[in-house]
Amino acid sequence: MHVTYTDEELAFRDEVRAFFGTAVPEDIQEKQRLGIPLAREDYVQFQKALFNQGWAGYNWPVEYGGTGWSSVQKHIFQSEMADANTPYIIPFGLGMVGPIIYTFGNDEQKARFLPDILESNVWWCQGYSEPGAGSDLASLKTRADRDGDHFIVNGTKFWTTLGQYADWIFCLVRTSTDVARRQEGISFLLIDMQTPGVSLKPIITIDGTHEVNEVHFEDVRVPVENLVGEEGKGWTYGKVLLQHERTGTAGVARTQYRLSQLREQTARSVRGATPLNKDHNFMRKIAAVEVELKALEYTELRTLAAVVSGNAPGPESSILKLKGTELQQATDELYVEAAGYYALPYVPEQFTLDYPDDDRVGEGAETDASLRYFNFRKASIYGGSNEIQKNIIAKHVLGL
Amino acid sequence: MDFSLNEIQTMLVDSVEKFIARDYSFELRQEYAASETGYSTEVWQTFCELGWTAIPFADRDGGLDGGPIETMILMQQFGRGLVVEPYLANIVLAGGILRRVGNDAQKTKWLKPLIDGDLQAALAFVEPQSRYDLNNIETMATADDDGWIINGRKGVVLNGGNAGLLIIPARTAGGTTSEDGISLFAVDGNADGVSQRAYPTIDGHQAAEIRLDNVRVDATALLGDAGRGFEPLASVIDEATLAICAEAVGIMQVLTDKTVEFAKNRVQFGVPIGTFQALQHRMVDMLTASEQSYSLLLWATMANSDHTEEAKRAISAIKYQVGTAGTKVGQEAVQLHGGMGVSWELDIGHYFKRLTAISQMLGNADWHLDKLAD
Repeated sequence: MHVTYTDEELAFRDEVRAFFGTAVPEDIQEKQRLGIPLAREDYVQFQKALFNQGWAGYNWPVEYGGTGWSSVQKHIFQSEMADANTPYIIPFGLGMVGPIIYTFGNDEQKARFLPDILESNVWWCQGYSEPGAGSDLASLKTRADRDGDHFIVNGTKFWTTLGQYADWIFCLVRTSTDVARRQEGISFLLIDMQTPGVSLKPIITIDGTHEVNEVHFEDVRVPVENLVGEEGKGWTYGKVLLQHERTGTAGVARTQYRLSQLREQTARSVRGATPLNKDHNFMRKIAAVEVELKALEYTELRTLAAVVSGNAPGPESSILKLKGTELQQATDELYVEAAGYYALPYVPEQFTLDYPDDDRVGEGAETDASLRYFNFRKASIYGGSNEIQKNIIAKHVLGL
Repeated sequence: MDFSLNEIQTMLVDSVEKFIARDYSFELRQEYAASETGYSTEVWQTFCELGWTAIPFADRDGGLDGGPIETMILMQQFGRGLVVEPYLANIVLAGGILRRVGNDAQKTKWLKPLIDGDLQAALAFVEPQSRYDLNNIETMATADDDGWIINGRKGVVLNGGNAGLLIIPARTAGGTTSEDGISLFAVDGNADGVSQRAYPTIDGHQAAEIRLDNVRVDATALLGDAGRGFEPLASVIDEATLAICAEAVGIMQVLTDKTVEFAKNRVQFGVPIGTFQALQHRMVDMLTASEQSYSLLLWATMANSDHTEEAKRAISAIKYQVGTAGTKVGQEAVQLHGGMGVSWELDIGHYFKRLTAISQMLGNADWHLDKLAD
């Protein structure tokens, strides 16, 4: 048993590190450093750089244009991305619908959709939750009724993240109500957002941003060839997807990066005050989160090591999402605490590259601390709330 | 021993409750918060007409002779209604200084219009470097002829962008953190050399960064004795701490009630989510936190009202409680409401944000726990 990297893995790490040293354009780096929200083009530009390097499908098998990397390589890749503070890879295409299509889709669908996902030519969003179907996803009511070569889709999807940028949406829809279990009769459908009858309404979150949406479907005609896998089996596919989402949301390396930044911040004397790292109470809190985060890093390594490339991780990955979001939120809270009174100003407009210095309020990203804290309360709610994660662990891991 | 309210106090509760139920819907509150001033001038006039702005002042100053208990009642209700009108900034903070150290002429000039609603005021007790230490003041006031010249910067001044009167603690002697040598000045918000960078705050209120560049005031601007400003300042901050804790307790009570109500109605898995034991226990924890906070609030308010020796400790205790238990209640209310809890549309998230702001103000939980540990 050892946790040292082999020479090959070290060489791989250096290669990845060198790439991220130059791959992110300077303006995007600057935005990341200052906590400025990224535009659609910024994400696409970054993901295209990954594609050109052959790494967009870092999680995908070689057969579909992926890297075929080992769990260790994927881990190194994610850690290096976090250390370089790159943009996130938007998960809906590369992390979610891509794997579903290459796992459950037919050859036509693979040929039609996978290349554009890999190259980030098409932006995908996720249509799962509904106003009445949150944690209880199987109670979803969006209907897809067969009409010759088409499904007619009617219903409302909720919390659709970055749907305003999306070209396509993958949805769980009900194709049959005549079922023994509610999980049956749900199908996995791909829908072009430009189809007549699809409309989108922003949902503003408590930090005042527009990130999530309400997507309405009114008599939307979707060709039957957009059905992935078998009709009525969508729940099984969707569950696999949720497990992908759960692994992705641990975000250990990202939180470690943010904590290290916070440590650096506490060493600076902001506006002539005593540096915060002289406050033992506060530094103990950072240390406590770091300990838990280290543990989670190893839990994640254990999980990844157990996963064979291409298969979905098992239910134990629920621990990752649960703990990962708790630590992410604990870190956000520490940022708020570090900002003190400067957690109060609400000046999102100053997070642009050309904002005049004289009008800036607070130092650096201080005034962003609360907004981030508020926004990321969602982290313990989305992708199956942490209460649902605990139910899953209780049922499938503990056998209760 | 009696925790009940007297007749006048009960009438005060009724009158605020009625006002909020009838005239202060969440939708209106959101409109007021989004307006340029960050509050409704009309609503403020109503507060004046109802006598609320006169409560803590002496009868001879045009007040109603109320004390910490009346302020507590009012602020608790303001918390329940998520009121954005700047009662804390005007009446508790600025009014608190004028009440303590203003002379008759200053009271006539500043306090009367403040009570009548003709003047907005702010107490600029935070500096960019001061964090929670009231004695950390770099702003300097230098004697000049028969007046003073003030230079310095003030940060996160509540109601600072609206204020026609700024009360500026400035150093007339001593080092940066010396309690001696702090003096309090009444400065016209529009005086030459005063510049305000106003902004909304995360909780729908308003604050400003303020610069004072060679601001000249005459001798009548000095509130109280030169160099003796710390004591009245600290005592006003104690009162203000109690006031925002009362507000926080009101918010915690509302969040607990609303979460329980939601859990009774939100159906998932074919049943109201309130039937799940795991969630029931968490709501019991919310209730416990909220009740414990109310108990500490009563202790601290009575201690301060009676000027007992333990008043300072009691105030630190309730602020610590609000910073810890309050944060927990806010987070749980959001979490149990699911996605809707983080939506702008629902009030829950806005209560949570106000709790978060209160937690960062006037000393956070750690800062107050340190006071108690000393």
